[in-house]
Amino acid sequence: MKEYVMGNGAIALGALVAGVNVVTGYPGTPSSEIIETISKYSHEGVHLEWSVNEKAAMEVATAAAYSGARALVTMKQVGLNVASDPLMSLAYVGVKGGMVIVSADDPGPISSQTEQDTRRFAEFCRIPVFDPTSVEEAYEMIQEAFEYSEKYKTPVLFRPTTRVNHAYASIELPENYAPKQYEGFIKDSKKWVIFPRLSYINHGMIENRNVEIGEDFSKSRYNIVEGKECKKAVVASGVSYAYTKEYLKNFKDIKLIKVGTPYPFPESFMLQALEGVEEVIVLEELSPFIEENILKIIGKHHLSVKVSGKLNGKVPHNGENSTNLLAGILSEFLEIPMQETGIDITDMPNLPVRPPVLCAGCPHRASFYAVKQAMKGQKSYFCGDIGCYTLGNAMPLDMVDTCLCMGAGVNMAQGFNWVESDATTFAFVGDSTFFASGITGVVNGVYNNANMILCILDNSTTAMTGHQPHPGTGRNMMGNVVDKVDIAKVLEGIGLKKVVTVNPLNLEESVNAVKECASLSGVKAIIFKSPCIAITKPTGKMDINEKCISCKKCIREIGCPALIIEDGKVVIDRNLCTGCGLCSQICPVKAIGGASNE
Amino acid sequence: MNKDIMICGVGGQGTVLASKIIAAAAMDEGNTVHSAETIGMAQRGGSVTSHVRVGEEIYSPLIPFANADIILAFEPAEAVRNLVYLKKDGMVIVNSDPTKPVTESLQNTGYDGKEMIEYLKKKCNCIVVSSEKIYEKFGSSKFFNIAILGVAVGSGRLGISEEAVKAQIEKRIPVKFLEANMEAFKMGIELSK
Repeated sequence: MKEYVMGNGAIALGALVAGVNVVTGYPGTPSSEIIETISKYSHEGVHLEWSVNEKAAMEVATAAAYSGARALVTMKQVGLNVASDPLMSLAYVGVKGGMVIVSADDPGPISSQTEQDTRRFAEFCRIPVFDPTSVEEAYEMIQEAFEYSEKYKTPVLFRPTTRVNHAYASIELPENYAPKQYEGFIKDSKKWVIFPRLSYINHGMIENRNVEIGEDFSKSRYNIVEGKECKKAVVASGVSYAYTKEYLKNFKDIKLIKVGTPYPFPESFMLQALEGVEEVIVLEELSPFIEENILKIIGKHHLSVKVSGKLNGKVPHNGENSTNLLAGILSEFLEIPMQETGIDITDMPNLPVRPPVLCAGCPHRASFYAVKQAMKGQKSYFCGDIGCYTLGNAMPLDMVDTCLCMGAGVNMAQGFNWVESDATTFAFVGDSTFFASGITGVVNGVYNNANMILCILDNSTTAMTGHQPHPGTGRNMMGNVVDKVDIAKVLEGIGLKKVVTVNPLNLEESVNAVKECASLSGVKAIIFKSPCIAITKPTGKMDINEKCISCKKCIREIGCPALIIEDGKVVIDRNLCTGCGLCSQICPVKAIGGASNE
Repeated sequence: MNKDIMICGVGGQGTVLASKIIAAAAMDEGNTVHSAETIGMAQRGGSVTSHVRVGEEIYSPLIPFANADIILAFEPAEAVRNLVYLKKDGMVIVNSDPTKPVTESLQNTGYDGKEMIEYLKKKCNCIVVSSEKIYEKFGSSKFFNIAILGVAVGSGRLGISEEAVKAQIEKRIPVKFLEANMEAFKMGIELSK
């Protein structure tokens, strides 16, 4: 059965074919579609869940792997930071059933806070890592990753990058596949309970085992040499290998060394590949991981090979690679002149900048605006968080003063108030982020007598990553209707004295709620509850009537993409407007009305 | 067949569906296809691109510069932004009606897309179509993505037959909207002439 799938789909289907029993994860671009794909294909007998965060996902999967089942955990690279506590220990303990942790890296970064490199994490944890170069390869490679995990009784990392996750290609899916039969958990506290003695013994074992895996990897079909014997060779990995192949289409004799299993480094393979080579250039994204490993080998074996790459400034440290970037680097390295083939665009007119913005009708815009109005002229700090609402930083809202990582804003709002008690401090956190890592911050605030206002932007979904359900939605990935975890009750349970729920699209009500909370001490919470416009039907469209005096206050105040200027007049873009009515509540001459409001 | 097809526009314009239809139709005609989409934050009103690569010897999921045979641009400035991908003798099919970013409404630099269209006409072989016209006829510019496919098929530059594209539209559009979409597709083919 031929299936045209996204890289994430190929990873999902590869795991299903490998007989995965338990799949857990937390949404994060570019990894989110893995779990979504599994839910769409036949997966009878497989437990599938969006866990509350990556740490929970790792721990649920760990128990499955201890029992001999095959487990897949998915996340983006910064999710691995959250899951690193269980992973570090798990690396010492090991597994019985195959356990593959997909951590998708995001060179650029395109949709992430960091340009961290999961290969470094693999080295840090001393566990193997697989680095696919294409969609087709990801499908095959993840199946082998399960085999390696079981063979060496260790969790393994699998790290695609955005351009592999989000590329599409055809794969061959067998008609039948079934979850693995497994033995179940066999109690053995000497094996499954981590104690200093166990860690000491296993640390030594792991280092010896990794030498063995490096030898095994040296024979892997993912580490290959192409082209002819040359004095100059190109080393490439991940999607950079695909870009290199694209460039080398016309120069097939050039020696190309591909590394698909970067840790434990396939030393014997590389030693052999470097025979007769005097100079290499290493093309990889994020950190100079392979480059440093080659330098190590050269030192260890007293080789005389010149190494070019990130460390001598030939390849940029930051950002993603592309065929064109690598073509420039390779033409210099290989001394092949570049050919100019495209259209001359040096006289290109100035292009409008197009940063991402909150959608027209997004309730977050209204929530931010209410807080802004209520706190006008008062010293206030606004701690943002990770999600669509990070976009509240854009002009004209300008309502995100800080953004660090999932859940950080809740604690940071407390910290600001401890050092500047005259400032009213706010934390804005989405519903999914609240469950993922916001709750502990609220407990911290209550326990330590902090002063802050927690604004929960509850749009009943995980919007930025593609509308995944979460504990507050009443649905889970097994297709079950489950009890909703009630955010207000959670907050009351923690001991908050003031918890109000408002509709952000009612400006007056929202502003009053913020003002009231600002007058109280302690930890207060406002739940701004209104569903994401992408999962609800629009209520109508707004209209601007002849009373409009073209003051443009609506545009200046809220910056909704549906408010545009045509021939000097403000008009509503009817393709975008959802009829939320926020603009009508701002208009000083009541010139904006609409179907739903009249 | 070897063809590199780029679809570009602004998040929310329906570029992804257009690229999916092209990719699937090309496969239905026996080609090997690779494609790639912009997913994530840029989908919120940012610049988005889809790359559809048809052919046997394809490695990069993204089209290299100066390689695209055809660019379907849902927005004039986005066409210019991605012109670097076009082959010297390639073709651009472009919507003349701009999507004004919020930054534009705030600063009012006067961006209206006209300068972009003039530039494109000077630089390459292009067909200019107006999504306003689609809006007038159908009451929504949601049908523009299907209309521009019609223009692309009609231009003869896509390398995929009308039938194959039609079959994929039928497969992917809910019955309720199929008739209007088919009309938009037909209108596109006529506009290309």
